[in-house]
Amino acid sequence: MSSEVGPTQEPSPAVPGSRSWTVWLRRLIQRELPMEHLLPDREPAYVGSWVYVFGVVAIASLILVIASGVVLAFFGPQWWHVSPQGHFFNSLHFWSVQMFFIFMVLHLWGQYFAQGWRDGRAATWMVGVVVFLISVVTAFTGYLSQQNFDSQWIAINAKDGVNATGAGAFFNVLNFGQMYGLHIVLFPLLVTGLVTWHVVLVRMRGVVKPPEEERR
Amino acid sequence: MRRRGIDRQRYYRGVPTAPYDLIKEITVALAVMLVVVLALSAFLSSPDEPPVTIQSWAHNAPLDFLQTAGAELQGTTVSSDYGPPYNADPTRADGDLRVGLGAAVQTLGPLAPQAWAGVHQPVNAAQADVIQPLELAAVGRPALAAALRRYQLASRAQRGRWVAAYDAALQHARVHGPLVLVGRGHYGPLNVMLQGLLADARSGALDALLTQSGHFYETNYTKPLLFLGDGAYLAGLAAQQKLAGSQWGMTNETGRYPGQAWLWLYTFWYQIPPFNSASNADLMVVLLMGVLSTLLVLVPFIPGLRDLPRWLGLHRLVWREHYRFLREARPGDRP
Repeated sequence: MSSEVGPTQEPSPAVPGSRSWTVWLRRLIQRELPMEHLLPDREPAYVGSWVYVFGVVAIASLILVIASGVVLAFFGPQWWHVSPQGHFFNSLHFWSVQMFFIFMVLHLWGQYFAQGWRDGRAATWMVGVVVFLISVVTAFTGYLSQQNFDSQWIAINAKDGVNATGAGAFFNVLNFGQMYGLHIVLFPLLVTGLVTWHVVLVRMRGVVKPPEEERR
Repeated sequence: MRRRGIDRQRYYRGVPTAPYDLIKEITVALAVMLVVVLALSAFLSSPDEPPVTIQSWAHNAPLDFLQTAGAELQGTTVSSDYGPPYNADPTRADGDLRVGLGAAVQTLGPLAPQAWAGVHQPVNAAQADVIQPLELAAVGRPALAAALRRYQLASRAQRGRWVAAYDAALQHARVHGPLVLVGRGHYGPLNVMLQGLLADARSGALDALLTQSGHFYETNYTKPLLFLGDGAYLAGLAAQQKLAGSQWGMTNETGRYPGQAWLWLYTFWYQIPPFNSASNADLMVVLLMGVLSTLLVLVPFIPGLRDLPRWLGLHRLVWREHYRFLREARPGDRP
C-alpha cells in the first residue's frame, strides 16, 4: 500500500509548534482576521453615520477606475483619441478618478475629525494617507500619459519640480513610455495593494468608538 | 483574545450593535457610482485638446519658431543651459560645482540634489533641435547642405556673431501667414539654414526628425518637448487655457473640466511669496510638501495636531445620531 497522502485522506491535525509555514500562515489569518471580522453581519450602531459611506464609495470608484483603465490599456494609448467608443471609456476613466479623489478626501477628513487612529489604529491611518499620496502620483502619471496638449504642458511644467529634487534622473516626466508603463502597471499595483492592506487593517481592528465611548 | 493591542471583545463590550451587510453596501455603492459616472461621461464627456506639434507651431507662430531655433544655436534657451538631468556646461564652472552645472539647477543652502543626481538624459539642444535635423534634411538639397557646412566650419565666435545678427534681423522680420521675410543682415548662412528648418517644420518632417533615435520605435519625447517648451507659443496657449503656474497651473484642465484639484496645496505655494518669485521655488515647494505630507502620515503621533479634531468637536457631526441616542436614552436603557 502506498504511503502517499491522497486527496481523500483526512488532513493531519495541526501539530502544536509545527514548523510548517502554511500552518503558521493559516493560524495567523484565523487569529488576526477571522471570517466574522472580515465579513461582519453586525457592527456597532454608531457605524450608521454617512461618513462611513465615503470610504466604501471611494473603493467603488477605484474599481471603476481600474475597470475602465483596463479597457483603455487593452486597446492602447492612441485608441481614445480616434474612436468615439475609446473616448467614452476615457470619460469613464476621467470621471471615476474625479469621484475616487472626492470620496477619498471626504473619507480622509471624516477620519481626521473622528480621530480614526485612536486605540491602536495608527497604522490604519498611516496606510490610508499613503494611499492618498500614491494615488496623487498615479493620477499625475495618468495625466502625463494622455498624449494631448494637457499632458505636454504638465510634463514641461512638472519637470522642473521633479528635476529639482534629483528624481528627474530616473523619473523622466517627458518620457511617455516610462510614464505610461508606470501608470498602468506599477502604481495601480501599489494603490490596490495598499487599499487592500488598509481594508484588512480596518476589518482586523474594527471601527473606532466615538470619543465619549472611550471614557466609559 | 488579545490581538495587537486591541481586544475586540473587551473594546466593544456594552456597545449596541446593529445589522450590517458589507457586501450589499459595496454592491450598492458600485451600482450608484457606475450610474453617476456613466451619466457624467454621457453628458459631459472628457477633455482632449489636441497636442501641439512642431508643424502647428511653425504654421501658427513661425517667427517664434525661428527665434527659438536661433536661441538654441546661441545656447540661450532654458534647455540648452538647463543642467542636470539634461546637460552640464563645464565652461560655466567657476569653482562652484552647482553653478557650473546649469542655469536651471536649484539649490537650498547646502542642498543641491539636482546637481548631485547628475546628467541622465543628455540633451545638446543646438545639435538635437537644429543641426542634426538639418544634416538629415540637407540630403539632396545643395543650398541647405552648403549653408550648414559653412556654419559648421566657422569658428565659435563667428557662429555667435551670425546668430546674434540673425536674431536682430528677426526683430524686424515681416510675417505673412506661415512665411517669415527676413531683411538683409550679416548673418551668414543662418537664414538659409533656419528657413530650411522652418520649411521642414511646416511640412511635418521635423516632428519625425526630432524623435528619430536610430530605433524604429520611439516613446521618449524629451527632446521635442524641451524644444517646444523653449518657445513662447506653447506657453501662450497654456495661458489662454489658464494653465500657467501663476494661474494655479495643474489644478486646472483644458476646457471647462475639473483638473487635478487634489494638487491645490502644492499649487497654492506658487501663488504667494516667497515662492512666486524665488529661483529655487520648485525645490522649496517640493520639500515643503514633503514635510507636510510626512506630518499628515504621522498625525496620530503629533500632539496638538492629533488633538485638534477633539477640540473642534466635529466628531459630534460624524456621530450625531449616536450622540442623540445617548442624550435621549435613560441611563437604564444602555447595556
